[in-house]
Amino acid sequence: MAAAAPSITAPVQGGRSKSELIAFAIMVAFFVIAPNFIYPIFLMKALCFALFACAFNLLIGYVGLLSFGHALYFGWASYVSAYAAKSWGLPPELAILAGAATAGGLGIIAGALAIRRQGIYFAMITLALAQMMYFFAVQAPFTGGEDGIQAVPRGKLFGLINLADQTNMYFFVLSVFLLGFLLIYRIINSPFGEVLKAIRENEARAISLGYKTERYKLVAFVLSATLAGLAGATKAIVFQLASLTDVHWTMSGEVVLMTLLGGLGTIFGPVLGAFSIIAMQNYFAGFGQWVTVIQGVIFVFCVLLFRRGIIGEIANALKIRL
Amino acid sequence: MFEIFGIPSQALFGQLLLGLINGSFYALLSLGLAVIFGMLNIINFTHGAQYMMGAFVAWFLLQHFGLGYWWSLVIVPIVVGFTGVVVERLFLQRLYKLDHLYGLLLTFGLALIIQGVFRNYFGSSGLPYQMPQSLTGGQNLGFMFLPNYRVWVIVFSLTICLTTWFVIERTRLGANLRAATENPTLVRAFGINVPRMITLTYGFGVGLAALAGVMAAPIYNVNPLMGADLIIVVFAVVVIGGMGSIMGAIVTGFTLGIVEGLTKVFFPEASNTVIFVIMAIVLLIRPAGLFGRTA
Amino acid sequence: MKTTSLMAFAAAMLLSTAAHAQISDGVIKIGVMNDMSGTYADLAGPGSVLAARMAVEDFGAAAKGLKVEILGADHQNKPDIGSNVVRTWIDVDKVDVIVDVPTSSVALAVNEIVREKNKVFLISGAAASNLTGDKCSPNTVHWTYDTWALANGTGNAIVKTGGDSWFFLTADYAFGHALERDTEAVVLKNGGKVVGKVRHPFPGTDFSSFLLQAQTSKAKIIGLANAGADTTNAIKQASEFGIVAGGQNLAGLLVFLTDVHSLGLKTAQGLIFTEAWYWDMNDTNRAFAAKFSAANKGVHPSMVHAGVYSAVTHYLKAVADLKSDADGKAVVAKMKATPTDDKLMGKGEIRADGRKIHPMYLFEVKKPEESKKPWDYYKLRATIPADQAFRPLAEGKCPLVTN
Repeated sequence: MAAAAPSITAPVQGGRSKSELIAFAIMVAFFVIAPNFIYPIFLMKALCFALFACAFNLLIGYVGLLSFGHALYFGWASYVSAYAAKSWGLPPELAILAGAATAGGLGIIAGALAIRRQGIYFAMITLALAQMMYFFAVQAPFTGGEDGIQAVPRGKLFGLINLADQTNMYFFVLSVFLLGFLLIYRIINSPFGEVLKAIRENEARAISLGYKTERYKLVAFVLSATLAGLAGATKAIVFQLASLTDVHWTMSGEVVLMTLLGGLGTIFGPVLGAFSIIAMQNYFAGFGQWVTVIQGVIFVFCVLLFRRGIIGEIANALKIRL
Repeated sequence: MFEIFGIPSQALFGQLLLGLINGSFYALLSLGLAVIFGMLNIINFTHGAQYMMGAFVAWFLLQHFGLGYWWSLVIVPIVVGFTGVVVERLFLQRLYKLDHLYGLLLTFGLALIIQGVFRNYFGSSGLPYQMPQSLTGGQNLGFMFLPNYRVWVIVFSLTICLTTWFVIERTRLGANLRAATENPTLVRAFGINVPRMITLTYGFGVGLAALAGVMAAPIYNVNPLMGADLIIVVFAVVVIGGMGSIMGAIVTGFTLGIVEGLTKVFFPEASNTVIFVIMAIVLLIRPAGLFGRTA
Repeated sequence: MKTTSLMAFAAAMLLSTAAHAQISDGVIKIGVMNDMSGTYADLAGPGSVLAARMAVEDFGAAAKGLKVEILGADHQNKPDIGSNVVRTWIDVDKVDVIVDVPTSSVALAVNEIVREKNKVFLISGAAASNLTGDKCSPNTVHWTYDTWALANGTGNAIVKTGGDSWFFLTADYAFGHALERDTEAVVLKNGGKVVGKVRHPFPGTDFSSFLLQAQTSKAKIIGLANAGADTTNAIKQASEFGIVAGGQNLAGLLVFLTDVHSLGLKTAQGLIFTEAWYWDMNDTNRAFAAKFSAANKGVHPSMVHAGVYSAVTHYLKAVADLKSDADGKAVVAKMKATPTDDKLMGKGEIRADGRKIHPMYLFEVKKPEESKKPWDYYKLRATIPADQAFRPLAEGKCPLVTN
């Protein structure tokens, strides 16, 4: 069924391009000067979500797997990192690593179960598993239930740099984001990434070529979960808070929306998508529940008329890779 | 009176009965999903929102037209089913040639819109809906008090489920439907209007969700988010049962209702995760689901 | 703080000018944040903004030369959204005092931010008693009620009137556990016993199984240690299963006027619970309710609204006396030093741990035939005097008190 229908993303040719390099330079330059004229807390939030969306995109854009439960890794990593920083007194870098590692572990379990089914079933299984862990987060004593884990200390990075300082915190978050971003870029353009794209285009053929596709899919799934966890763990340190919002299914939906709006299977799309959605939530906060409706409208609009997403359309118009 | 694991057997029987009631809702909803999936190959994420709409339209009919529960049982599925027809014609029809995941994304977006709009107009604290006079009260069974309305829910939903199964598996109309799923081109060559059949099937599936909503209105609060979490549980039910067969969806729905009911007695802390755990186990043992045909 | 960003530089400029002015940037900005569209929108919501506005008018702020501005925001009951709003309010919009904030999870988050930024936090809607316990802050006053007061009022009175065996129906998360723990302690202290408890998932829709377990337990009282839609759903289904008709009674541990309104008297009758204020208790309250409901789609004021009114009045009094709103700690200290007195909640005081002290009332929901007018829902069963209504200072373990 999945093989017969046209793939969810446009095929992308291999190799690096100049356009990507220019876009990357523009992006980095923007992030370095942005805190001078944009509220830094907003920027940090958007950067965390951008990394989250990039991690999600690794799975849907390059393997063609739609996970509807990515909040599981994002949220649980943020709980573990908040708990490690607050109750065990770990320095921020170790707390974040602990969070990301937890997400990776959860990714192994959930991934191993979910890849047993394809297509729509895969999406439903990931959603159901995430919902199960959401209920667990509500009940478990160490997550603080509805209160979440609050007043998480930002601490000193490597025991030296005080993250309570807004500027230090910002550049730390930016470094984490760029690290994750470049890692994803590296994965996509490696031989491993080429196999993933082959699976996306035609899994049966990849199998007949002798690839153990299940194993490739699982590794991609775990990588995506770990990087999503990295984003969630960092967010917990920035906002000094880990809460149920981050493990709820609405969060899983939001990351799908960010990636879809920016452009599935594009490198910069998720970043732009995340910034657009976070900005919309921030500036439309006064509209309360209408924000949900607007998100729904964007979903419908993207699916019906705008399947390439913003970056995808630009890249297509300019005939370049982004 | 004997005891099982420290629970009096008759109390246990009462809990089984209550589980069956929850199972009725799971069965009706997963049946609707299975019918839609069978024909459209789309997972209808809007299903939970359409269930909620059913409850709201029933409330609206009572509030503004004085039309009570019995009228609602007839009118609501038609009204909400019609909105389903509109959705199919306007949106879903454009997606059949694309990856099926787009159908999931689109219906997810629609669910957000519908739930958001209802929240804005009705708030989320919920609205009361009076039980019909003729179904109030209940039977004292000695070991438990069984409200009449709950008995009605079991009987009525069983009837609807079995009728649907009969129509699809045992009548000429159903045969056409099933044939159209297997090979639409060939069926069209026989002079059957396949696109219209698809549209009406979607409308019917949506109508089933709305019917479940009407039945839920008197016992649960009529609330804009009443279907949001429920639909995820129903997804798990569908994964467990597999969507290959209509009867599979019905049986799985009722069974899991009972299992969940028992969990509420023996280990209440796990009662909202038990279905997901079962799903994980079934995936390990039978990846295609209990009644699934192919993986 | 070392920073190169222009934004922070501009903020620093503003701060330094604020320190010289008496009222920071010339305006007292009151930020009312609560649930504007969700479960708690009726009991707090836009009504709290209205109550704050009425307090400012009645105080005669304009005549006293004070410029007051009121902002409202929706936190959707999520701590992350709430803390985002409060950070932006304080950093960008220069808000001086945060008011209301129902949902304990959000209140706890706001509590930390307000302490860090040295502003003022007046809580009316939130329940958690650790806001004046281990989490107490020199910038916070907990105004209307808390979980300890509710558990104490309801538990005490019910056990004393013969309801000595309890079964708890508890929402399975931190808040439900706390409510159950506090009430259980009161029940046991008064010689009652707890025959069973069941933890229901949160949020729950179907309570029939748990109600059946409660029924089998033969307890005289079923204590509902949950809130909002969970409580109303449980009450509704208890009536369907004939629990009250069968001789058992329900005790709501967190019930508001608006919950009773949405349930209707037929379902809610006989329910017993504790509140800090009721609109139909005297002429002043009735006059306030008439004015309030006229501007609030007919919805009558809850105790949370009355608390917002009372808290804002006392805050303005303190700022007018100090002639400054810049230093949050100083304002709260002034509020604690001055006895409270306003037309809705009468005379009272604020304790060192930030707890506002006043009497609490035990109400029973009327039978439908007893209700004579719209919103006529409660009859008073007992008054809990101010000195017994709240947790004794020493038991709270508030660091402000022990140090």
